[in-house]
Amino acid sequence: MIDLLNIGLVALILGLAVWAIVAREDFAAVVGFIAYGLLLTLAWVQLHGIDVALTEAAIGGGLTGVLLIGAVGRLRGSAAAVKVERSSTPVRWLAAGVSATVSGALVICVLAFPDPAPTLAHHVADNIADTGVGNPITAVLLVFRSMDTLLEAIVLLFALLGVWSLAADQSWGGRPGPQPQSSDPNGILAYAARVLPPLGIIVGTYIFWIGADYPGGKFQGATILAAMWLLVMMAGLTDAPPISRTWLRVALVAGPLVFIAIGFAGVLTADAFLGYPHGLAKPLIVAIELALLPSLTLVLALLLLGAPQRGMRL
Amino acid sequence: MAEFLLMAAGFVLAMVALGLVRILRGPSTADSMMAVQLLGTGGIAALLLLGAATGEDAVVDVALTLALLAAFASFAFVKAASDTSGQDAAAERDA
Amino acid sequence: MSAVLDVLSLIAIAAGAFFFLAGTVGLLRFPDTLTRLHALTKADNLGLGLVVLGLLLQVDSVLAGFKLVCIWLLVLLSAASVSQVIARYVRSSEPSR
Repeated sequence: MIDLLNIGLVALILGLAVWAIVAREDFAAVVGFIAYGLLLTLAWVQLHGIDVALTEAAIGGGLTGVLLIGAVGRLRGSAAAVKVERSSTPVRWLAAGVSATVSGALVICVLAFPDPAPTLAHHVADNIADTGVGNPITAVLLVFRSMDTLLEAIVLLFALLGVWSLAADQSWGGRPGPQPQSSDPNGILAYAARVLPPLGIIVGTYIFWIGADYPGGKFQGATILAAMWLLVMMAGLTDAPPISRTWLRVALVAGPLVFIAIGFAGVLTADAFLGYPHGLAKPLIVAIELALLPSLTLVLALLLLGAPQRGMRL
Repeated sequence: MAEFLLMAAGFVLAMVALGLVRILRGPSTADSMMAVQLLGTGGIAALLLLGAATGEDAVVDVALTLALLAAFASFAFVKAASDTSGQDAAAERDA
Repeated sequence: MSAVLDVLSLIAIAAGAFFFLAGTVGLLRFPDTLTRLHALTKADNLGLGLVVLGLLLQVDSVLAGFKLVCIWLLVLLSAASVSQVIARYVRSSEPSR
């Protein structure tokens, strides 16, 4: 029974992937991509990766979908230019060949895993009691491989800088996104943007908080909070902040700075960069997560808003 | 019980797939918007049923996240579509 | 007692699946965008509500049950708002009416 379900799921996923590529209408292709993300969430649940399913539902389904929708909206005005840019047929065949080769190599590698596959899970299970957290994913992310998480946070900041660098010279430092059209303050979107965000903030904070012992954590919580803030901006109830504001820039770097500071403190107290002294692991982890939550929320929301488009005066 | 829940999850998924086929073949943007709605509702139902069938309690949190993000994506979709149609109408008026 | 709960869950979830079927049939057969939107919003949300009801009888903690009810209320709220917005968009993009 469950095999039948899994086969059906895989067939749907592959079908939607093909659809997302060949669809003629841009909006239909984006919807295909969002559906693909949702089905991947189900696939992750079947593989018992609930943390990954949570992240896929939040980022893959929600945020990336909205990013693509925004891109389609911006491309609508220049449809003619997009058509001219298509690559020639030999290039496209070459791209197809390379993609197929990489996919084939991945399939062979996965099928060639020795059974049971090499894993460090028992090491994590042996040492997780010292960390004070119950969720092994959180333990790996913030204790055993915290260096990777630190570098991830910094990479996100660099990505944001990359997006900002697309701004025109006269817009640098201004507000991202186009001028909000005067939307009806009593309309449905405004109503939803008043009722949903408080609920979203509660849910986002809840998911952030339970990440210590159950699937969740700062990344998924930050995604929900960013989505709620973007909803309020979409309804026109608030405007995007200019990127030159000091509070914005301080809030963006505060998270990684706290992380780095705790890392260097670990050199003094625990003989290793990002080491935690005995008994202080849980409070330090909570401090890092609390510091990273607002930074991540800001980064994700600003990544979706895009490069500044309006000058500083507006 | 778990078998029945799995069957129900598969059934809901099949219904979502059928609905998607119809909607994504429809020509208008409104059909695409409805597809996001369908995915949200059906996906949450399938997710909850799958989670109950496999005994993972944390799937309810995934469904909660999906509910919020699907609503957000739907609103963003409609906003983007009505903004571009407004642009097209304005361009036609200007031309 | 648990057998009774199981039977009730079965009935509720089966009814929910039936409403999903009805919603999809409406999607496939109704002639107009607005009527399809109607079928989608009403039937699917009712189906989800019945599924949540069925699963509510199976949970073992108050928090999980509370979260299930929250999910349903959230989906109701967002579906009601989004369907209105979609309907207005469809109306505004039909110049002949």
